[in-house]
Amino acid sequence: MERQRHYPEKPGRIYFFGTCLVDLLYPEASLAGMQLIQREGVDVIFPKDQTCCGQPAWNSGYRDEARAVALAQLKCFPLDYPVVVPSGSCAGMMRHHYPRLFKNTPQEQQVQALANRVYKLTEFLVHVLKITLKDLGTPAKVALHTSCSARREMGVAEEHEALLQQLGNVELVEQERKAECCGFGGTFAVKHPKISAEMVSEKAEHISNTSADTLVSGDCGCLMNISGRLNHQAEKIKGKHIASFLWERTNADSQ
Amino acid sequence: MQTASDFRQRSEEALGNPQIRRNFRFAMDGLMAKRRAGLSDPREREQLRTQCAGIRVNALSKLPELLEQLEGNCTRNGIQVHWAESVDEANNIVLEIMRQHDATRMIKGKSMVSEEMELNHFLEDHDIECLESDLGEYIVQLAGETPSHIIAPAIHKNRHEIAELFRQKFPDIPFEEDPEKLARSAREILREKFYKADVGLSGVNFAVAETGTLCLVENEGNGRMCTTVPPVHIAVTGIEKVVEQLSDIPPLLNLLVRSATGQHISTYFNMISSPRKPGEKDGPQEVHLVLPDNERSRIYEDDELINTLRCIRCGACMNHCPVYGRIGGHAYGSTIPGPIGSVVEPQKIGLDTLGELPTASTLCGACGEVCPVRIPLPDLLNRLRYEGVRNNNDGKVKGQSEQRKGTEAWIWKSWSWLHVQPMLYRLAMRTATRLRSLMPRKLGPWTDVRRPPRIAARTLHELAREKGFDNA
Repeated sequence: MERQRHYPEKPGRIYFFGTCLVDLLYPEASLAGMQLIQREGVDVIFPKDQTCCGQPAWNSGYRDEARAVALAQLKCFPLDYPVVVPSGSCAGMMRHHYPRLFKNTPQEQQVQALANRVYKLTEFLVHVLKITLKDLGTPAKVALHTSCSARREMGVAEEHEALLQQLGNVELVEQERKAECCGFGGTFAVKHPKISAEMVSEKAEHISNTSADTLVSGDCGCLMNISGRLNHQAEKIKGKHIASFLWERTNADSQ
Repeated sequence: MQTASDFRQRSEEALGNPQIRRNFRFAMDGLMAKRRAGLSDPREREQLRTQCAGIRVNALSKLPELLEQLEGNCTRNGIQVHWAESVDEANNIVLEIMRQHDATRMIKGKSMVSEEMELNHFLEDHDIECLESDLGEYIVQLAGETPSHIIAPAIHKNRHEIAELFRQKFPDIPFEEDPEKLARSAREILREKFYKADVGLSGVNFAVAETGTLCLVENEGNGRMCTTVPPVHIAVTGIEKVVEQLSDIPPLLNLLVRSATGQHISTYFNMISSPRKPGEKDGPQEVHLVLPDNERSRIYEDDELINTLRCIRCGACMNHCPVYGRIGGHAYGSTIPGPIGSVVEPQKIGLDTLGELPTASTLCGACGEVCPVRIPLPDLLNRLRYEGVRNNNDGKVKGQSEQRKGTEAWIWKSWSWLHVQPMLYRLAMRTATRLRSLMPRKLGPWTDVRRPPRIAARTLHELAREKGFDNA
């Protein structure tokens, strides 16, 4: 976990790492993230050979498999630009776990250099771009779930709130046990489905108790989990990744 | 001994028991609120955590020397030190001391190491009465159970259940549900036992190498009774509990108590430095310190896993664990439950038996966030997952590779194969989006409580290309 990070000046160019879950299920989230950055006058490069950060295998103990996939990502970011990631857990993987995964390998230094320039999208918007958002949307009541990796591993929970608070027509409501895990945990949901089901059911209940109309999440894993639960119960609460939510409310063409 | 090979079954049973769920939720909420209130200044809290982590890291870095120093100073103080390689050896040492005194009755203060040794069963098999005097431990013993929490052993029971237990076991005592009256009943029953006990046994929270002092933290006074009333006191603790100097104790005690219960100081804090000296009016004639290794040296050998041994047993990690809070301690099937249990127990018992425990976490990090000595618990859980499925025998963890299963290994190999070939990966993802209408509506247990995820119409790779982002 980190608290004090030194942030650079606004760069001319960045790499965007879209993440595999977003690629298949929530492409609009990464697209929105790239558009938010581009609108601030920064060139966005989406290296087309990117696939997955390797986290699923890493967290399942399959380190060789994770390392092979991570190695393939290293080639996508050859230059010294910041790497921006719209997910707390994938950003955490690259920033905190890549150095462990590549310890005592020929790539050790290269990986550390990469880890040093990985940012979660929300922290990049707040601390590097110092973004100012103008809300063009209709009034909305929003509950936020940041993801545990964003909150505890990357230490950037507050940045999510700060971004939403810039939106004049958005009322941010706070659900009970806000900081508690939603029960996704990647393969945890597969290995221990009953415990995961209990966790997500409670999480969804706390969120629907707020009478929010939208659930905003900082990670698509949590979003898939909590929204899946809310929809299963025929709740009307819309689930959105924070990037999609911010982009849609601040882009004139989306209104 | 319990095993955790059926962790899943036990956790599902616990989930299906609304009483257990309510008891844990209520108790954990209370303990979390107390810690928050007791450590409300984040600056002070984080400084203390850093200081205490430093103390523990320092002690572990010179553990062999400190243990020698501890032995030397204890011996000088008149405390007899016994080393035990295994649990069996430790049990036999205790038994031998009992026999030397023709002792048949032991009264016990709270000790998780004695739980690790399964000392009660061992002594009972040798016709020695072994009575727990910590109220929670006493309740668990009456019920024929094991502790479900390391500092609150009977936390899985509410007062109604405890009252019912007392009614069954002591039909002569008036039925009470008021916790204070229940505690008074237990106190009256136990008081008699203290006087009759031949030997008192306790755990140790910190053993100070510099002075040969054994520190014991408690709230009920039973620890003091166990260590002063019977003629012989046996302390048992793991070899990792040693700290270098007396000045390490104030910060550790401070943070231990505040992390555990939110108290500013425990009701009792005992520093045992010797048996009764000539002219003293109380205290045991003999004090013994039994130090079981039981795989700790093996854990010590590993640069990363050594951090397991920092633990000061406050229980904060389990209080804050969303998994523990839902399934309770018994589901783990290990002496110590929760996140630290899932780290320490598989290393002692073996990943073959307890290899499922490291997977019983979402890696949400709540445990690591509250640990008073900054044990990187999620990293250690991740490491043990690796040790469980590693594809070679170069490691040192007991039962390594035993969790590796053919199908799972094949899935990860195929996953890796696909994700190192960008063109193939893009094609696979694009194909998935085109076939999305064929996606099944049922996806195993996932869709029992959730809608299935919806595959997008087009992949991010396609959309990024269309918008001109992939022009690197």
